[in-house]
Amino acid sequence: MIEVRWHGRGGQGAVTSVELLAVSAIAAGKYAQGFPSFGPERRGAPVAAFTRIDDKKINVRSGIYEPDIVLVLDSSLIGLVNVIDGLKPGGKIIVNTHKTPEEIRKDLNFNGSVATVDGTGIARKEMGVPIANTTMIGALLKVIGIMGLDAMKESVEHRFGRIAQKNLNAMKRAYDEIKILN
Amino acid sequence: MGKRVGLEVTVAVAEAVALCRIDMAGVYPITPQSHIAEHLSTLVADGKLDAEFVTVESEHSAMSAVIGSSGAGARSYTATSSQGLMLMHELLPIASAMRLPITMAIANRAVSGPLNILNDHSDIMPQRDAGWIVVFAENGQEAIDLSIQAFKIAEHKDVMLPVSVNIDGFQLTHMVEPVEMPTQEEVDQFLPPFVPHATLHPARPVTMGAFAMSDYFTEIMKAKDEAVKNSKKVILEVWDEWEKMFDRSYKPVETYQADDADVLLLTMGSMGETAQLAIDELRAKGVKAGLVKLRLWRPFPFAEIKAVVKNAKKLIVTDRAVSFGGPGGPVFSEIKSALYAETQRPTIYNYIYGLGGRDVTVHDFVGMFEKIIADTGNVAADTYVFWGVRE
Repeated sequence: MIEVRWHGRGGQGAVTSVELLAVSAIAAGKYAQGFPSFGPERRGAPVAAFTRIDDKKINVRSGIYEPDIVLVLDSSLIGLVNVIDGLKPGGKIIVNTHKTPEEIRKDLNFNGSVATVDGTGIARKEMGVPIANTTMIGALLKVIGIMGLDAMKESVEHRFGRIAQKNLNAMKRAYDEIKILN
Repeated sequence: MGKRVGLEVTVAVAEAVALCRIDMAGVYPITPQSHIAEHLSTLVADGKLDAEFVTVESEHSAMSAVIGSSGAGARSYTATSSQGLMLMHELLPIASAMRLPITMAIANRAVSGPLNILNDHSDIMPQRDAGWIVVFAENGQEAIDLSIQAFKIAEHKDVMLPVSVNIDGFQLTHMVEPVEMPTQEEVDQFLPPFVPHATLHPARPVTMGAFAMSDYFTEIMKAKDEAVKNSKKVILEVWDEWEKMFDRSYKPVETYQADDADVLLLTMGSMGETAQLAIDELRAKGVKAGLVKLRLWRPFPFAEIKAVVKNAKKLIVTDRAVSFGGPGGPVFSEIKSALYAETQRPTIYNYIYGLGGRDVTVHDFVGMFEKIIADTGNVAADTYVFWGVRE
């Protein structure tokens, strides 16, 4: 089972992303859960959202405390929220930033695997908005490697209609452009 | 059978209710139930569900509206949580006394105060004696299945009682997970149209909810009690039929690794699957641990509970609500009284946990077992402990 914790700010679409990812993984024949950090949400406040994906039925319903992967949608949270809290040994972190993985490693004082991609820059170019939640799904899929970008097509089209292709293009670019430092 | 899809559980429940071709929904949105209200109203607005969606101004009005609507012979549905359910409280016994087959989802949430929007069972427990049939879902699939079954049970001519389907707030309601939606054809085949026993109609006057003083009140209460008790036969039949049609089994009390267990833990609602993982962990270490899941809260399944716990040495009952100054959590009290006269019964323990959304992990359940197994003198038996409380 892969457990992912997403860090973002209220309004950046972390919950939408975990929903899309769970729906797509299930459509691809896997078992998945997508859920928000339970409770009230405020625009701009730090929030978390969670994804579990497995090949067999998932029974656990508690929160995720020891994620395999942490995805940071908003790099301004680094230093504000302990984003690597509980990260499993060998766990990986993916950050939406224009910085290099080496720089993020230094910022986090972290020795494990770091991947970075300028998701906001890609989103701005591909979709004309600085909202990187769907873009970063591409980055995540590259890192976890359990399903391809094709798996996202149906759920993204269902969710976004005529702007779906732009989201898929942005996802593809993040998938291609992510820099991974193991 | 529909294929497995990923859906948020509240949306799946609303879709399932729409498949039941309800005539009317009277729903007031409240977290964590809101998506049921929103999705049903969307289905009606989009013309996908031919029903009257009544936008009431409170939960008291929601329950009043479905009482009126059900009395008029319409298949009527509502959903609520926490404070909303507390506001409905006054009307719940009226719905059952009038023998109206209303169906309601309760997205279980802690009752204020302090204000808290997260999950526990403190909203449903004060409704225990309202004369409703009460069932609990463990996962999204069960939330869907029970929602559909609820109409058939409620509307059966030998039942004619309201049913509440309890779905843990957030832990279930806000989860996107795999579910199999039955098709419209399947639901049509399973659930016949609602044939009311009597309807309110100007041309055919009847009295519903009449006045009754001491000369009749006791008899009416006795009749209602008989009705709730008798509903179990139909509940079992409906579950049997469901299993034949959909290959998913429902029982008043379900078990996991319980047959040869020395120590059993009892849960109700969404904690069951997480507890199952704790059983696996303990079994791997050679501990004979087992799980009992209570699905049917009213009518209470006395015989089934007695049968599954009788060979265990210890039984840990878990509760998601507090009976302040009382004998223990509400589930614990019921189980204890159910087993009082049994000559062969386990020593009973009670943990109150998961209040106001406090997360419960596999590790917590393992800890409960370890603590109780270590209590060789049964020091903690017959009383209740707040699990994990900071003092």
